Amino acid sequence: MPKIDESEVRRIAHLSRLNPTDDEVRLFADQLSAVLEYMEQLNEVDTTDVPPTAHALPVRNVFRDDEPGGCLTPDEALAAAPARDGSFFAVPKVLEQDSV
Amino acid sequence: MTQPSLIEIRDAIRSGQTSSREYVQTTLQRIEQLEHRLGMLISHDAERALAQAEQIDAKIARGEPVGELAGVPILIKDNLCTRFGTTTAGSRILENYRAPYDAHVVERLQQAGAVIVGKTNLDEFAMGSSTENSAFKPTRNPWDLERVPGGSSGGSAAAVAAGVVAGTLGSDTGGSIRQPAAFCGVCGLKPTYGRVSRYGLLAYGSSLDQIGPFARNVRDLALLLHTIAGKDHRDSTSVDEPVPDYVAALDRPLRRMRIGYAEEYFGEGLDPEVRAAVEAALDVYRAAGAEVVPVHLPHMKYAIACYYVVAVAEASSNLARYDGVHYGHRTARPKDYLDVYCSSRQEGFGAEVRRRIMLGTYALSSGYYDAYYLKALKVRTLIRQDFEHAFADVDVIASPTTPTPAVRIGEKTSDPLAMYLMDIYTVSVNLAGIPGLSIPCGFTRAGLPIGLQLMGSHFAEEKLLRIAHEYQSRTDWHTKSPALAQP
Repeated sequence: MPKIDESEVRRIAHLSRLNPTDDEVRLFADQLSAVLEYMEQLNEVDTTDVPPTAHALPVRNVFRDDEPGGCLTPDEALAAAPARDGSFFAVPKVLEQDSV
Repeated sequence: MTQPSLIEIRDAIRSGQTSSREYVQTTLQRIEQLEHRLGMLISHDAERALAQAEQIDAKIARGEPVGELAGVPILIKDNLCTRFGTTTAGSRILENYRAPYDAHVVERLQQAGAVIVGKTNLDEFAMGSSTENSAFKPTRNPWDLERVPGGSSGGSAAAVAAGVVAGTLGSDTGGSIRQPAAFCGVCGLKPTYGRVSRYGLLAYGSSLDQIGPFARNVRDLALLLHTIAGKDHRDSTSVDEPVPDYVAALDRPLRRMRIGYAEEYFGEGLDPEVRAAVEAALDVYRAAGAEVVPVHLPHMKYAIACYYVVAVAEASSNLARYDGVHYGHRTARPKDYLDVYCSSRQEGFGAEVRRRIMLGTYALSSGYYDAYYLKALKVRTLIRQDFEHAFADVDVIASPTTPTPAVRIGEKTSDPLAMYLMDIYTVSVNLAGIPGLSIPCGFTRAGLPIGLQLMGSHFAEEKLLRIAHEYQSRTDWHTKSPALAQP
């Protein structure tokens, strides 16, 4: 019994903003299940009272002087855009559809 | 014939004995001869490189001061942003992407006068251990064209092994510098987390990623690290620790060396020839007067599971920025706004990147966060503490870099988990944020290189490099080149 079935793969794909094909959904269900099963071995470890490490070094908040610096011009920022409209990134209409 | 080192090339250019233009032309000729066989590069610009070389040569001729790497040809991994050319990360989604800025390390190399000739092939977004996940082509191992060069910085490792250049940059999230260095018989260093600014490195696992050098010897690694290390305010995780003169430090041998030997690195799955070569390397250290003492890393066996949870979780978040809106590939006829995201990403990302995004999304999703992600962060603490305890007693820990020599092309591609397990000895270094390097320590009977991994404590690169240099002053494995590297 795989850890995650095809409907779960479709749910994760949607959260990930991906459109897998049906063949891929079947393949990924097997492959992702195998990896997740391997990851389950972490449950063997007793982590009672162990704090999580999100960062390997004890990095604290880093302050610097609040001085204005350079930044990209609108043309530089838009130079790689797939579509632009004046000084904006252009996309298909967002409204007039069901919210997601 | 031994290939010239980075420092030899630098000195020859600086003294006027050989011009930068000649070295750059040699690099371009090697690319011409070898690229179709090896697939090392995603892009290169001969005209730009020759023009830069001529500028350096003119400066030297006029007696003007030049940088530490003036005129030396270098290649960098194609996940480092450059204003020139494209920055693809080995992905279709960035196939034509032109970055509007240079990465910090690119600025540093250019300030030092290095000539960046081109950008090397990699597993897409640095996700892979064989460079077979590049969207453009696989890279082949210069020692055996039927085998992988390792990954994800496979192009950078192969280019040094093949004698195309003497130094390259890569990035290492779970072994992506050290593992290809081992497979290709070259030296590779992953610095301490925070040692090198990652400004302009396309992010994969932000709590793990670090940029580092490849070269043929430790002295060249030291010079490249010295060039790129240091605080940069544009990467708030870079640390304001002094940057010692790593090269000068190599000439001060350590009076006493304590080298840790952790049996966890010598267990099941380790190839007998790799084991024999690493044990022979420990004998070299013993002969040099080092003490080899046992240390214990009891949580090592959880490192792969821990690493892949953390890495894919961070990847799923980092790669959300590739949305088909701001830059990169956009699907041709989106059904609606949501489809701009979904179809652009589906078309632009390869299978392994999509698997990791989905795994990470799952591990972070409601109901699974505590079981996978939070659990992994706690195990990460235990892995880090294992190293802290060990380094209270020893200067470095020695291990094999990889459990086997280079695998055949296609051998692991259908089984993602088998591919992940190739990183078994390298990932814990990234989880702990410590520095690690791989240097050549022998060959299998079939002629494949074997790597010795040395790991040190946080910001102990100087000691790590000195101990690695000690080995290279007593052995000549690092001077061996594959047949095709001979001009």
